This record gives sequence, C-alpha cells and structure tokens, in this order.
Amino acid sequence: MSQVKASDAVPIEAPSPFELRVNLAAGIPENAVKEALATGNMGFLHSFTTGSAVDGPGVRVVAWTAGCQWRCLYCHNPDTWNMMNGIPVTIEHAKERLAMYQHGLKAMSGGLTLSGGEPLMQDRFAVKLFSVAKELDIHTALDTNGYLGERLTDEELEKVDLVLLDLKTFDPERHLHLTGKEVGPTHAFARRLGQRKKKIWVRYVLVPGLTDDEKDIEKTAQLAAELGTVERVDVLPFHQMGRYKWEKLGIPYTLDNTQTPSAELVERTCAQFKAVGLKAV
Amino acid sequence: MATTARELMTEKVVPEWEGFNDGLWQREINVRDFIQQNYEPYEEDESFLASATDRTKKIWEQLNKLFLEERKKGVLDISQIPGGITAHEPGYIDKPNEVIVGLQTEAPLKRSIMPNGGLRMVLNALKTYGYEPDPHIVEAFTKYRKTHNDGVFDAYTEDIRRCRSSHILTGLPDAYGRGRIIGDYRRVALYGVSRLIEQKKKEKNSLDPAQSTEDIIRDREELSEQIRSLKELQEMASSYGFDISTPARTAREAVQWLYFGYLAAVKEQNGAAMSLGRVSTFLDIYFQRDLKSGALTEEQAQEIIDDFVIKLRIVRFLRTPEYDDLFAGDPTWVTESIGGMGDDGRTLVTKTSFRFLQTLFNLGPAPEPNLTIWYSPRLPNGFRSFSSKVAIETSSIQFESDELMRRAWGDDGAIACCVSPMVVGKQMQFFGARANLAKCLLYAINGGRDELTGKQVGPENGAVEGEYLDFDDVLKRYEKMMDWLANVYVNAMNVIHYMHDKYAYERVEMALHDYAPLRTMAFGIAGMSVVADSLSAMKYAKVRVIRDETGLITDYETEGEFPNFGNNDNRVDQFAAWLVTTFMNKLRKYPTYRNALHTQSILTITSNVVYGKNTGHTPDGRRHGQPFAPGANPMHGRDNHGIHASAASVAKIPYRDAADGISLTVSLVPQGLGRVGEDRIANLRSMLDAFFGATGYHMNVNVLNREMLIDAMEHPENYPHLTIRVSGYAVNFVRLTREQQLDVINRTFHGSENP
Repeated sequence: MSQVKASDAVPIEAPSPFELRVNLAAGIPENAVKEALATGNMGFLHSFTTGSAVDGPGVRVVAWTAGCQWRCLYCHNPDTWNMMNGIPVTIEHAKERLAMYQHGLKAMSGGLTLSGGEPLMQDRFAVKLFSVAKELDIHTALDTNGYLGERLTDEELEKVDLVLLDLKTFDPERHLHLTGKEVGPTHAFARRLGQRKKKIWVRYVLVPGLTDDEKDIEKTAQLAAELGTVERVDVLPFHQMGRYKWEKLGIPYTLDNTQTPSAELVERTCAQFKAVGLKAV
Repeated sequence: MATTARELMTEKVVPEWEGFNDGLWQREINVRDFIQQNYEPYEEDESFLASATDRTKKIWEQLNKLFLEERKKGVLDISQIPGGITAHEPGYIDKPNEVIVGLQTEAPLKRSIMPNGGLRMVLNALKTYGYEPDPHIVEAFTKYRKTHNDGVFDAYTEDIRRCRSSHILTGLPDAYGRGRIIGDYRRVALYGVSRLIEQKKKEKNSLDPAQSTEDIIRDREELSEQIRSLKELQEMASSYGFDISTPARTAREAVQWLYFGYLAAVKEQNGAAMSLGRVSTFLDIYFQRDLKSGALTEEQAQEIIDDFVIKLRIVRFLRTPEYDDLFAGDPTWVTESIGGMGDDGRTLVTKTSFRFLQTLFNLGPAPEPNLTIWYSPRLPNGFRSFSSKVAIETSSIQFESDELMRRAWGDDGAIACCVSPMVVGKQMQFFGARANLAKCLLYAINGGRDELTGKQVGPENGAVEGEYLDFDDVLKRYEKMMDWLANVYVNAMNVIHYMHDKYAYERVEMALHDYAPLRTMAFGIAGMSVVADSLSAMKYAKVRVIRDETGLITDYETEGEFPNFGNNDNRVDQFAAWLVTTFMNKLRKYPTYRNALHTQSILTITSNVVYGKNTGHTPDGRRHGQPFAPGANPMHGRDNHGIHASAASVAKIPYRDAADGISLTVSLVPQGLGRVGEDRIANLRSMLDAFFGATGYHMNVNVLNREMLIDAMEHPENYPHLTIRVSGYAVNFVRLTREQQLDVINRTFHGSENP
C-alpha cells in the first residue's frame, strides 16, 4: 500500500514541531485523501512527541495534525496549514504507538493531546483517535481554535476530557485581521462547551501590538469566566521560533520586529484573567 | 522469672544506647536491625527545615576563598607525607567554629600523596602542579616498597597491554586506587571502635582451626591489617580530642564518630570513588533522640549536617590531567544514598533525608557529596515533591530505582560511585574499566585489526568481504570478537584486583565490613547505543563499506532509513538489550579472582568523550571523534521522540544482566517541564514515578537551558557554582574540558521543542 510506504519513509517523530515539513503526503491519490477525511481511517500528522509537560495536565503524548484554515499572523508552524504537508498515519498505526505509552501516561497523570494545525480539519480522524484513547483509558485533550466545533456531535464531544481552547482576540475585526476568519464560530463553540460542562483550559497567545489590548483582553476574560468550566488560562508569550518557516515557505511575515512580551505585560495579562476569578499562569 | 528482651540481647547495659529499642543489633554487629527497630519514618513536607546559621555561612565563605585559589592553581597545596590514617597532624578550617572536625591532612584542601596505588601517578601529578618529588619517597617506593601499579604490570599479558594501548579496554584501575568500597561507617558511631576490634579478633580467631591454604592465609593477614587500622582510627580520633572506643552518645557525636570512620578511609585510600553509604536515616535516630530530649533544636541539627556536608565537599585526591580526561571535574564520588522503602513497607525517608538535601540550599549547589535518591513511586508525596524541587533548582542530585535495587539487594544498600549498588558492610566490589563494544564491532568487521592504526590487536579472523555489510555475517563475527574481548577483560581485572589486595589493601574500609563479604566484579561497557544503531543500520538499511589501500575498512556509507535507539522502537531497542545480555554472558564464562560475582554497568561518566576520540567511523553514521552517548543514553539528537520514549528505550535494558547499574542522563529545559514552578515539580515527580514504577534504573536530572551553558562556557567566571549532572555524578560545569562542555551542550535537551 502506497500510504504505508509513505509513512515509513519519513519518521513521524520530527526532532521538533519547528522542523519544516512539506509535501509529505504528496504521493497519496486524491480519492484516498477524500476517503481518509470521510472515514477518519487515516490522518495526516505533522509529527508526534512524548513527554510534553506543557500541552495539558501531566506529562503527555502530543500529536500535531496538518491542516488549518486559519492564517494567524504569529503562527509558529505555518507548514501545518496545508494538510498535504503531513505524514499519512493509519488509525491502527496510531493506536499501536499510543498503546506503548498507556502505562506511563497513567503514572504521569497525563494523556493524549491532539493539537495542530487544526485537529478538527480532520474531525473524523480526531474522533477515531479519541475513541482509541478512551478504549485504552487514556485522558484526552483537544487543542483547537474552535472554528469547526460544530463538526463534533455532543456524543463525540464526550470522548474529549479537556478542551484546550485557543482564544486569539475578542474584537471581530481584529480577529479577522489576525487569523483571516471571523470570531463568531469560536465563541459559539466556547459557549457550547460551557453549556455541556466541558472542562476548558484557555490558551491565549500574547503578542505585543496584536493581542495585548487591555480592553480586548478584558472581554476575552469576561467570556472565559462566563463559561463556568474554565479551569485555567495559559498566557503564552509570543516567540520568534517559527519565523524561519515563513521565510522558507516564501510567505510574507509581518512580525519581524515584534518582541517577546515583557514580564510586566505577561503579568498584567494574567492579572486580568485572575480579576474575573480565573486561574491564570 | 522471665528474661527481659534487654537481658536476652546484651550481656551488659550500654549507657550510650539509653532510649533505643532493643534488638538483635545489640547482640551482633547489625546496623540494619538497629535502624529497623528505631527509626521514625517521616511522611510530611519540607516546611520544618532550618536555614544555614551564620556560623555555617562564615565557614563556607572561608572555604569559598580557598576554592577560588584552588581553581586557579589546580591544587591548593600538596603534602608529600604519604597518606595514612595517622600520617598527618590534626587539621582545621576554623577550629573554634567547627561543629564536626577532621581533615585529610593538616590543612583544608591540601592533598596528600598515596603512592601505594602507584608511584607513577604521584610523580606525574607532582610534576603537573610544579612540585619537586621528595627523593626519600621516590627511593622508598622504587627500592623498598612495591606498588599496586608495579605488581599489575608484572603480571599483565601481551593481549591486555595491546587492548589497553588501543583503548578497546579503558579506565583500568591499574595505576591508582580502585575505590568503590563502602565501609559501614555507621558502625563506628553505634558500637564504638573497641567493640569492632573485639569482633574482628573473633573473626580472626575463628580461622585458627582452618588449614593454612593461600585463601585462609590471606584472610588472616587481612583481618590483622583491619584490626591495626581500627586502632589507628582510634588514635587519629584521639588526636582531635575524641575517644571513639565507646559508642556515640549524642547526634553530634554520632556524626563525628561516623565521619572519623570515613575520614580514616579517605586519608589512606585514593580510591576512584570513595562513597559514604547510607547514613542519613541511621543518623536520624540520634537526631530524634536529642530533639525529643530538648538537647538539640532543628537549627542545631541542620547545622551539624551542614558542617558534616562541608567536610564531605572538601575531600580531595591528588590526580593527573589524564585521569581528568576520563573522569572530569575532580570527582570523589562521596555518594550518599537517601530515601527508599523498607522491606516491611515503611518508607526509610526521615527528617534527616530532608536535611541532607537542604544542604544544597543552605550551602548552594555542589557536585559533592553525590546525593542519590533511592526513588520509588511509593515514597511519601512530600519527599518525592521535595526531591523533584531540589533537582529542578540545583541539578545536583540523581535518582535510582529503589524498587529494582531493593528486590536485588535488600533495604540497606548504598550506591558506590554513580550507580553501583551494594549491601552496606556486607558486600564490596572489584571495580574496573569499560570495554568499548563499538570498537569491538569494528574489530569484528576488520578481523581484529584496529580501524585507526591498522594494527592487529584482536585475533586474526579475516575481515568481512564484499561491498555491503551482511547483518548475519557481522553478528557471527561480533560474537566471536566479544568472546575474545571478555576473556582479556576478565584476565586484566583478575590481575588488577589480586595486586590491589596485595599492595594497596583497603584496611579500614574492610574492617567496617563483615568477614567474607559478597564480592562482585563490576565490568563495564561503553558504546551501547552506537552498536544498537549500527546493527539497526545493517539490518534495516544497506551499509556499504569503504576500504583503504591496505584493505582496512575505515568508513561506511548507509543507504536508506533505519530506526535509532531511544525512540521506544523495539526493532532497534532489542539490539541494545541483546548486546548487554550477550556480553554479560560471555564475561560470566571466565572465572574471577576470589570467585567474585560477575556484574556489569552501562556507565561512562565523562569518558564517553575519550571513547569517541579513540573509535573510528561507525556504521550508524557516527564520525571518528564524535563522542559516544554517555552511559546507556541514546545517541545525541537521535532520540527525537520526547523523553518518555527515550527513557522507555533505556528501561528495556535488563537489570539482571547489568546489575552494576544502567545510567541515563537527561537534560530538561525548565520551560519544557511546565509553565510554572508547581507544574514543573509535579511533572518531574510524575516522570520519575513512571520511570521508576516501570523498569527504569537510574536517572540523572539536569534542568537547564542550553543557552546558559553556552554562556557559562564563554564566561566561566560568572558561573563558579554551576553544577550539572553527567553520567552518574555531578560536576562544576566550568571545570570540564572544552570538549566535555561541548559534549554536554550537544546532548538532547528534552522539552526545548515545545512552544
């Protein structure tokens, strides 16, 4: 099978997600891709790693999917925008790998985090992978921008123990400028998660000049507080580690002169989330 | 009238033991029983701990000035009186202010010569540091007194010499003290020296009816030496104003008595590793007694431990730069084993386990003493968290599997050196060296010719033929070559330890052992991950050989992909496990000196750098000169699957075939361990729980940024105390050679990939 060959040739374990990966699924026929998307029997992954302590609670296995419809200006993995840059991985293969870490993940109060790219671009694969994890009694986390949240039924959402919800910015216009997409679906998904009592960790990437507006953050914080299920807010300082990928991919990068936020700014932002009763770090 | 337990156990009441629970320990020399009958497990957190007193800070400041001077000169000063238990006058740092006293020579950091191991090493060291050797010493140790080093070379075979100079066997302790023997220094405190002498006399007398065979004669002579050394120990203590013939009465005395025992050992032996044993929980019983009676406050208790640790931090030996190439940073391996669980299910963690760790905050991070946590997921939460915190903040401690070691050796074991476990006072080891199994693979491919010099070192088997390496063919040749190497290695070790017993016997350390302890002979291997990856390349890809004009295969070209060790991939991990078991079985075929039990470690310390220099290109794509991975680590940068996968691969190495220890050094970036301090502590603790809850054996933990190390390399003056863990011990980063520093920087830093 050509799919299996393709996944053998390039190691799925990239030295880091910052390793540039392109065209890894190029050999896959179009109908096979369509079938994969429809059934979720195969996914397209940028890479996966073990031992992550920053992608949800405990020490976790993280799989990064390829494919995202957003074009965030500060994206550090632009090579995950295109699904065809991912390595095709069958669900059986993924299950086999995941099972190897079952015991350790339990001992480390960790689990599986599906991140991206945007995992819900491959929603059928995501659902299948979460089902596999639940069969193995492994904690599951979905790291998503929420835009495609409606692709998951309520029942399917039950296979996700925790949603790492990426809230980029509140203001609709600013959001459109920053990500290329409207903010509405994300907020709708957030409210749905709240109604369904789904545990949430909010991830907020703090970019000076783009997402540091005090008023805007206040609104995001307010929204998060209203959901009632947000356990924690991770304020993630912007960094430049993904810049070289933009250059290599030949995409104009607009944040060349953007600095890492100051400690004071990070502290102020955390304080804004804390002010509405949330735990923020 | 019923006899009381006390009457049953002892002939007379010992006043120093007032307040202790009775037990077998009163009737026989049995420290473990004393601990079991008397210790109080501590299951809470670190909040009771006290900071350093002004007195402690002052002493430590005085020493810091001396450290600076020492680093500038290499050594602070040298005494040319050969080291011995009573050789030097009493020495002090600041006499009125010391809580625990005793130095190796008459002044702090002044190193003595110990020519019994070998005069050559002494002369080299003197020359290096600009000292003129005392002609009387040279005369005595060339004309009148033979050294261990001379003895060994009298009995070495040609094969051994060839292996030694081609570096397929490296680090043989044939020119210096072998070390890795731990006296049960606790006995001095618990029983007093008189009782110990009495016991040794009994042991010696019990040999009277035995036939005077060579073995019995040696035993009698050794016991006489042991008794003599105990008398000297008493004399040395009395020169400091202490009568240690009777048991210690207080916690401070217990520490002092115990330290005198240890001091006697390091005054006389320049052993490669002079480990302390497992003293903290033993001492805790004394601290608890004094704290309860109100004789001590917590601050005073901590002050005693701080002062003791200061003494352990300034143990020094005179060594040469060549030695430093192998074992960098002037290590002494004053290893103290802390924590663990008891056989009965109670934890052996006590408040004094915390107090030892607290010294890293009170005095700052330091490589010595080599504080080693016997880790189990069953340890109390408070201690697991505190030790994780200490690891994150100081990078100065290591973790070893209490589960594996307790099952193998019981609950009163200790680590000698880095990873070698032994039952305190009941077991010793004949330590030595490493076989370079990556080089051995190249010998197999080249029919016994050295890949760098072309010389015939191993048996002439004929090199492999054809353009590509054939996995099965190479494996067959490799097995044969390992057979030969194992034989030479055992032969070398037998010679070394025969001569060491004869010319540089560890009198006082062995006096603090039971008669006829279990002896292991601890072999070692290097290059495990290089070999595993090379076999993987042959099996799963195609390896083309490149020959020079003499037909010697000097390089390889690999076509295709192959899995690397360190990614939790059984296809290659099994080669590592196979290698360890296969070589161990080959060693076991050859009889050892004094019928020692064969064991093996996968540990390189910093010698992985030197191994790399001495080993040509390997089929895995490693280039000549590129360092090996340390210990059982995956090769740098090839474990690209995260720490969980990396550690899982290493945990597959079977302990029963590497009973002397399997070393894994991990480097973690603080940000990769968690976003905030409390996450980091919880996550490191989780990783340790998972690793040691499975079959992980040892984990050296560094929590550092690569950028910081690079800066320290450029500006060493800003990082005088930067401590990092290398394979099995800790060093001051700035005291490593530049090559070793680069090796550390090039290692895989887990977590650095995360945003």
